[in-house]
This record gives sequence, C-alpha cells and structure tokens, in this order.
Amino acid sequence: MYAQLVDTGVTKVRTAEDMSDDERRFQQRIDDGIRIESKDWMPEAYRRTLVRQISQHAHSEIVGQLPEGNWVTRAPTLERKAVLLAKIQDEAGHGLYLYSAAETLGVSRDQMLADLHSGKAKYSSIFNYPTLNWADIGAIGWLVDGSAIINQVPLCRCSYGPYARAMVRVCKEESFHQRQGYDILLKLCNGTAEQKQMAQDALNRWWWPALMMFGPSDAESLHSAQSAQWRIKLFSNDALRQKMVDQTVPQAEFLGLSIPDPDLKWNDARGHYDFGAIDWDEFYNVIQGNGPCNRERLGTRVKAWEDGAWFRDALAAHAGKQSAGQPAERQVA
Amino acid sequence: MSEWPLWEIFIRSQHGLAHKHVGSLHAADAAMAINNARDVYTRRNEGVSIWAVPATHIAASSPADKGPLFEPANSKVYRHPTFFPMPEAVKHI
Repeated sequence: MYAQLVDTGVTKVRTAEDMSDDERRFQQRIDDGIRIESKDWMPEAYRRTLVRQISQHAHSEIVGQLPEGNWVTRAPTLERKAVLLAKIQDEAGHGLYLYSAAETLGVSRDQMLADLHSGKAKYSSIFNYPTLNWADIGAIGWLVDGSAIINQVPLCRCSYGPYARAMVRVCKEESFHQRQGYDILLKLCNGTAEQKQMAQDALNRWWWPALMMFGPSDAESLHSAQSAQWRIKLFSNDALRQKMVDQTVPQAEFLGLSIPDPDLKWNDARGHYDFGAIDWDEFYNVIQGNGPCNRERLGTRVKAWEDGAWFRDALAAHAGKQSAGQPAERQVA
Repeated sequence: MSEWPLWEIFIRSQHGLAHKHVGSLHAADAAMAINNARDVYTRRNEGVSIWAVPATHIAASSPADKGPLFEPANSKVYRHPTFFPMPEAVKHI
C-alpha cells in the first residue's frame, strides 16, 4: 500500500508471557479499543514501527505529487488544470497531516526528510511509474487513489490516535480524487475511438502496478501478525487487494474497458473475482530502486529540498530578527 | 539551519462553535503559520477563524496524572441532572 513491507523489528509475535507488566497493560488497552496517545507509555518497537509506517505513508503522498505535476500544464482544459492542481494540493496536505502524526512519536521532520532523500526510507512502488498520457491521470485517480481509500478507511480505526485522526481527514478528501480520475476516463471512453484507446492503454499499464500496491501476500508474515496485534494493520494485503478487484471490475465494465488479465473471472462459489498471478519480481525490482522512474523521482525531491534551503533559512532569519525587535502578539479572536 | 518551529492549529467552524484543534505545522513565524494553516486546514470552507500557537507554549497534563485529575469526578454523579428523578406529573423541569 502507501506503506509496504513495514518492518516491526520483532523476531516473533509478542505473547503475554514475553511481555512486561507495562506491555501487557498497553496490549490490553489496544484489545479494549482504547486509543494510544503520544504521551502514553508504548513499547519501543511499536513506536519505531509506527514511525516507519507513517513516514513511508507521508513520503508516498509527497512523491505522489510528482507524476501528476507533470500534467498540470498539459491538462486539456482550464477546469481540468484547476481540478488537478487542487488534487495535488490535497496530496501535499495529506503528507503534512502524516508527517505531523509521526512527529508526535518524537522523530523530527528534518530527520524523516533526510531518510527519504538518502533512500533509507521508502515510498510506495506505484509512484515509480511514468505518466505518459492524459489518460494516466484518470487511471491514477481511479485505481491508485481508489486503492488508497480501501487501505486507509480501516486505518481510521487504528490504535494510534494521531495517525487515526490524520486518516480521517485524508479519507474525507480522497473520494474527490477517485471520482475526478473516473470522470477523466468516462469522458475519454465516450469520446473518439483514439481517446477510448488512450484510456485502455492507461488501464493496461496501471492495472498490475495498482494491484502490487497492496504488497505481497502477508498471510505468513511475522511483521504483519505483530502489526495486526498492535492494530496498526487491520486487514491482510490479500483481503484488501481482493476488495479492490471486486469493486473495480464492474467500474471498468461500465467504461467499456477490459482488464488486462486473461485469468480474471467471477467465482460464484467464493463470491469474488479470481485473478491472475502478479509478477512479484517486478515489484521487488521497483522497491529496490530499479523501477522506470525511481532515480528521477528521488532526484526531483532532493533538488527541490536543496534549491529551497536558502529560502527556508532566509525566512527563519527574518522571523528571528522580527521577534528580537518586538514581540509579535496578536489579539485572540 | 535548524527546523522551523512547530505550531498547533485551532480552527473555528462557521457554526459558532469554539476553536478546535485540527493539527500542527511548521512555520518560521506567526503570519506564516496562519497562511499555511489556511492552505492546509481550510481548503473546503472548514473555518472562519484560525489560531496558531507555538507548540512549545502548550502545557499538557500527563497521562500519569489521569487518576488524580479526573477520578474525583466519577463519584459525583449528582452533578448530572439525571441524578434527580422527577415525578411524571411535574412538567418543564
């Protein structure tokens, strides 16, 4: 998902016997559905795992602006430009809500950015694919934001209060993103044969990377089991992926587009769609930095950060000078 | 240079409710904190007024003090009107 393959740092799922008294009380609170807040006692592994998960999620929001930014000046109408700009602005906001949630765990913003820029921290594999034509912007909203919603709605109920609250804000805004994507494709599919072909081409390229967003099957994963016990992961990768396929296939049929999977078919007995095998070699290759756009995406982020350094410093220096002169007090309204 | 300071942001919505904490952000000074809060927290008409408070200026109770601070209220149910059952016949009370 936006956070993939999150390491919990544990070597086996903690059982009641492994736990200290503090840890048992902590786990009991989680089992009782009581939210953990930043000043509450928490196991170090829980804190570190959340920092990894939330910062990876935040980085995905920020890097996720780049494939779309490419199309702000190229969007076909002024209205489409304005809408895309608003969506990209939302992504910046989502990144900020998430960075703020991670900061409540005692990690600094600068540290998180340094980890992104050095390649130590990851972001979602999906943003390392190129946006080659306008229909790709439709496919991203529909499939990528659609998948993000499936992942994020349960996280509104996760055990860590600041993360859950950030997710509530994100989810409120996310369905606009999915609809604007579908709207782009609807327009193309009702247009000329060439326009419909553009939409089909985008679906062909984005379908499998979108399914990979949920990560490999974690049925056997120790980290996923520990995260589930901590209630910072509420459903398995496979369950979420199945949900995405089930809800998306009828939407593709409405558009008159075909899903690029010869093995896709409805399974009456399961009540779900069966679908073909995912190329996990491709997924690991992208995660390891060898996707089509990894170097370009990270290079763009690092350049933006470095080019903006003088400006951030100047604003801080100006603020320091002003506050030295007179206390900037405002009447509380 | 070090990171810009952290500000806690409070927004008052249109319906006459009190300012409510919505989140935090980094900004070099108060004016920038309010501008950024406008962009981040009121993109969909969520508010008509913004407070930005330096996070370092917020004093917070500690979770360890939860007992001494809040438990005394538990035994004082008579502070709620429902503590006093009223006869059916008595109206407007």
